[in-house]
Amino acid sequence: MRAPKLSDDQLQEMYHALRLSRAFEERLSLLHRQGKILGGIYSGIGQEAITVGSAYGLRREDFISPLHRDLGALLVKGVPPGVLMAQVFGKRDGLSRGKDSYLHSGDTSLGVYGNTSMLGSNLPVACGLAYGFKLRSQDHVVVAYFGEGAANYGDVHEAMNFAAIQRLGIVFVCENNLYAYSTPFEKAFAIPEVSVRAQAYGFPGVDVYGNDLLRVYAATQRAIARARAGEGPTLIECKTFRWHGHSEHDKASYRTEEELLEWKARDPIPQFERYLTEKRLLNDASRDEMTARVEREIDEAVAFAESSPWPEGPEALEDIYAP
Amino acid sequence: MPPEAGRSTDEVTYLEAIRQALWEEMERDEAVFCLGEDIGAYGGAFQITKGFVERFGEARTLDTPISESCIVGVATGAALIGFRPVAEMQFGDFIACGFDQVVNQAATLRYRYGGRQTVPIVIRCPCGAGVHGGLYHSQQPEAWFVHRPGLKVVAPATPYDAKGLLKAAIRDDNPVLYFEHKGLYRRIKGPVGDAETVVPLGVADIKRPGDALTVVTYGAMVHPCLEAAARLADAESVEAEVLDLRTLAPLDREAILTSVRKTSKVAIVHEASRTCGVGAEVAAFVAEEAFEDLDGPIVRVTTPDVHLAPFSPPLEEYVLPNTEKIFAALRKLAAY
Repeated sequence: MRAPKLSDDQLQEMYHALRLSRAFEERLSLLHRQGKILGGIYSGIGQEAITVGSAYGLRREDFISPLHRDLGALLVKGVPPGVLMAQVFGKRDGLSRGKDSYLHSGDTSLGVYGNTSMLGSNLPVACGLAYGFKLRSQDHVVVAYFGEGAANYGDVHEAMNFAAIQRLGIVFVCENNLYAYSTPFEKAFAIPEVSVRAQAYGFPGVDVYGNDLLRVYAATQRAIARARAGEGPTLIECKTFRWHGHSEHDKASYRTEEELLEWKARDPIPQFERYLTEKRLLNDASRDEMTARVEREIDEAVAFAESSPWPEGPEALEDIYAP
Repeated sequence: MPPEAGRSTDEVTYLEAIRQALWEEMERDEAVFCLGEDIGAYGGAFQITKGFVERFGEARTLDTPISESCIVGVATGAALIGFRPVAEMQFGDFIACGFDQVVNQAATLRYRYGGRQTVPIVIRCPCGAGVHGGLYHSQQPEAWFVHRPGLKVVAPATPYDAKGLLKAAIRDDNPVLYFEHKGLYRRIKGPVGDAETVVPLGVADIKRPGDALTVVTYGAMVHPCLEAAARLADAESVEAEVLDLRTLAPLDREAILTSVRKTSKVAIVHEASRTCGVGAEVAAFVAEEAFEDLDGPIVRVTTPDVHLAPFSPPLEEYVLPNTEKIFAALRKLAAY
């Protein structure tokens, strides 16, 4: 199965999503350094090709179940940047109205199931979404993300086994950024790749270079087509690297400078820009234009978040139970 | 095979009452489906779902692998898009294996969505001792979940309540843990309501009126409490009021206060172990809110802090509350 051919407009849209995601997270780092935001920021800088490439082109009814570094997937799925920024700021216009931070929320109307900090425990819930679609004979799919660190959590095994038995319309995207907080891949795995585990469950596992937007997109589209056709799940492992520490306070001294430089040289954005330039879809002027556009969008998002009111204390007691 | 249909006055077992509630709710609402281990063709470890596959199909009577975490997670995910799943933990003890999904995913979902999402799932937990089940088939873990906001917890004592509360739980928009007591399945019979009889969550029930002291209890312990109260009336002409909480979260605090203010004495009886059990909350609440009304110490009759339940009959009988122990405690309290 070939991935659908992308139009020039679609390529431009993906480029925008990549740049917006990067600009958003760079701004978060800056705001964090300035002491302007509370709590942890879990940067996905360096991994944007995965989140954008895998979430691009999904239907509104399809679901994503992102993790803490998957801001790009939320943007692609249609969560407004201002709302996401207000969420990070803990303001009332955030998805969780100040109840929790960062990506621990979601929006069912946009097809987003936000995770908790128990990484990997989103996968059984993602299976439940896919099982619901199956019960209704709908061909919507779920793209569920997890890191290689979470791959060793029991829920991931339970979910993959269940998805295989039920031939669910789900795509598991493993973002293997080589370190789970400080723990390198070799200390957590005795196998060369996470994707080989798919064999044990009885569905395809593929290994994709995660810094190549179009390769991630193509692999995901093949898996999505398979899922929509009722042929069951696929595990896509995307090798990548996170540039920042586990969270912004982590200096990541457990990694070598060479390693970081090597991966920074493989930055997914210039790589995609070269492709667009070759296709005459990008030049210096349009690139600068995009830079200005995403900066403007982020400024607006920050302004929206800053002007959003703080929730009031007693609101802490609301939303615990449905009426 | 449909449940033993009949008039609302027909007496059925506690087990049959649960079966009727499930069956009728699945008939009533396409969004309701069941999932759990061995619940399909086999009909469940206790035969609650016997005949469901024939009527509702495999997709709505979903046999799952031994993956409790996945069972709870799948229920939660399906609830996000409009289903009302009823998950069975084959034994309530096994919910520990799905604990994270219950307390961190399902319980917090509405809160972290800023109130924009409902999570209508029911988790049925066959619980309780007195059946020589040993340490892993006898537990009463309800207090773990009463302590976690975002969850509702029910524990029915009679067929009528079992049916009505399960219907209410299925129709409720929150995650509800439903602790059905295995020891009552075939031992207790009684009338049940019809297809539209719902017992509201959060409302306690006076199972025996009285004016001399209040016994606050729930689940299987309602029955020995009623026996002890009857014996107390016979032996000493003392009328104990037996208040069945029915729902442990949210707790019907008003009903507790009303009864305690009437009787001025309170004994709390539960099968779960003592420390930080539901009785501890009831006792603290009564002490905070009705201290001036009390005319005696707050008394608790519970299983001591041992694992539920030791296997050998003499050990199990030694630790569990029973009519005799409750009677002795009530008599002492009445005489205070």
